[in-house]
Amino acid sequence: MHKIDELFKKDLKVINIGLESFSKDLKEQEVPVVQMDWRPRAGGNKKLASLLDRLK
Amino acid sequence: MQELIRKANQEAMNRLQKAQPTIVGLGIAGETLPGMTKKTIFHAGPPVTWNNMTGPLKGAVIGGLIYEGLASNEEEAIKLAESGEITFDSCHHHDAVGPMAGVTTYSMPVWIIRNEAFGNYAYCTLNEGLGKVLRYGAYSEEVITRLKWMEKILGPMLKETMALHGPLDLKSMIAQVVQMGDEGHNRNKAGTSLLIRELAPYIVQTNFSKEDIVEVLKFMHSNDHFFLNLTMPAQKSALDPLKGIPYSTVVYGMARNGTEFGIRVAGLGEQWFTAPAEIIDGLFFPGFTKEDANPDIGDSVITETSGIGGFAMATAPAIVQFVGGTPQDAMNYTNMMYEITEEENDAYKMPALNFRGTPTGIEIQKVIETQILPIINTGIAHKDPGVGQVGAGVVRPPMKCFEDALEAFVNKMAAEGIIK
Repeated sequence: MHKIDELFKKDLKVINIGLESFSKDLKEQEVPVVQMDWRPRAGGNKKLASLLDRLK
Repeated sequence: MQELIRKANQEAMNRLQKAQPTIVGLGIAGETLPGMTKKTIFHAGPPVTWNNMTGPLKGAVIGGLIYEGLASNEEEAIKLAESGEITFDSCHHHDAVGPMAGVTTYSMPVWIIRNEAFGNYAYCTLNEGLGKVLRYGAYSEEVITRLKWMEKILGPMLKETMALHGPLDLKSMIAQVVQMGDEGHNRNKAGTSLLIRELAPYIVQTNFSKEDIVEVLKFMHSNDHFFLNLTMPAQKSALDPLKGIPYSTVVYGMARNGTEFGIRVAGLGEQWFTAPAEIIDGLFFPGFTKEDANPDIGDSVITETSGIGGFAMATAPAIVQFVGGTPQDAMNYTNMMYEITEEENDAYKMPALNFRGTPTGIEIQKVIETQILPIINTGIAHKDPGVGQVGAGVVRPPMKCFEDALEAFVNKMAAEGIIK
């Protein structure tokens, strides 16, 4: 049996990184999920990220 | 570059952690604060002109001019303020801090705080209480009468008290109150109580009448915020030695004048990075709403700058009844602040977090990288002069202050040839 099939026979432990709606969908299906509080570096602002890079 | 910044920030944190703020006495602003004259008014926040001041600061200036006898009514005070005869400047430029409007005039009594580790001083007026008070822009007769009583009785009695008592170690006292449910900005119940307990045996030995002594003790007892005007200059004296440490990206000053929020960064000297002050999200007194609120105002954010206030809310869950939210919010605020600070405080420890030190030393790269802004709890002033406090809540600085500071830091490093 393929390993991925084994995974889906167990209780899932999910950490969601990114769009929060994915974790909400799982919650609605009563799947335990942890939503990681994540955002892109400098909020995705390229100018600010490049300022940070110049100090590296 | 990162190694230079790391070493500089380590030096900044060593200075902040080693600070020993101590009450050494009281004085009169005009005789004590550097640069004060009879026609000078110091105010909270970065510098601002009369025309750009908002209601509460204008109200406090009007009250200050009436209190000093430079004007006999509102109309005369406004005329004088507009005339250019009065010099306005930031408290921060004169080793001082002031809550809310922060208006400090020549005759006002001030606490004198000495940072025993570095020998620098910081000053702050005495707290007037809540409601209709000058620092919220009220200037009615009761406000001026109270200020006169503070000048003639309260200040001189506390001055005599401190002479009898001798220097009082504020660092230890603040460390104690942080373990007693105060965060030192909007909750100062424990601090005020401890101060009274410490000073009362000396207050009763002063050469004032029994009636005056009773009145002073009742005044201090009736005002839970009496200790705020000591936590503030304590933190100002602790942070000022960070000014000018080359390559340091630690914030050593944050303040608001009701129009703008400003920050200052150790490696960028005395420069302010400002942006329009935010409206506060909070709880309003009956009869008032957000529509009545002035934007964020006051130097009291010096507490958050040094790791107490909003940063220590986990130790003061009861504060949410004053500023809004839940005890869990208070825990979350503190936990989040570890993301943008350099160290845990050596002295200010929170029992609820297993005696973890409060998050201390805001670092601008971390703020920009994470987009997490410092959390501040604060009083809310009415936007019109003469009304006073209308609520309390939670606010954050504008991100622009940190963005501009980072850009200035990068430009400075490039100009010095340290980076490309």
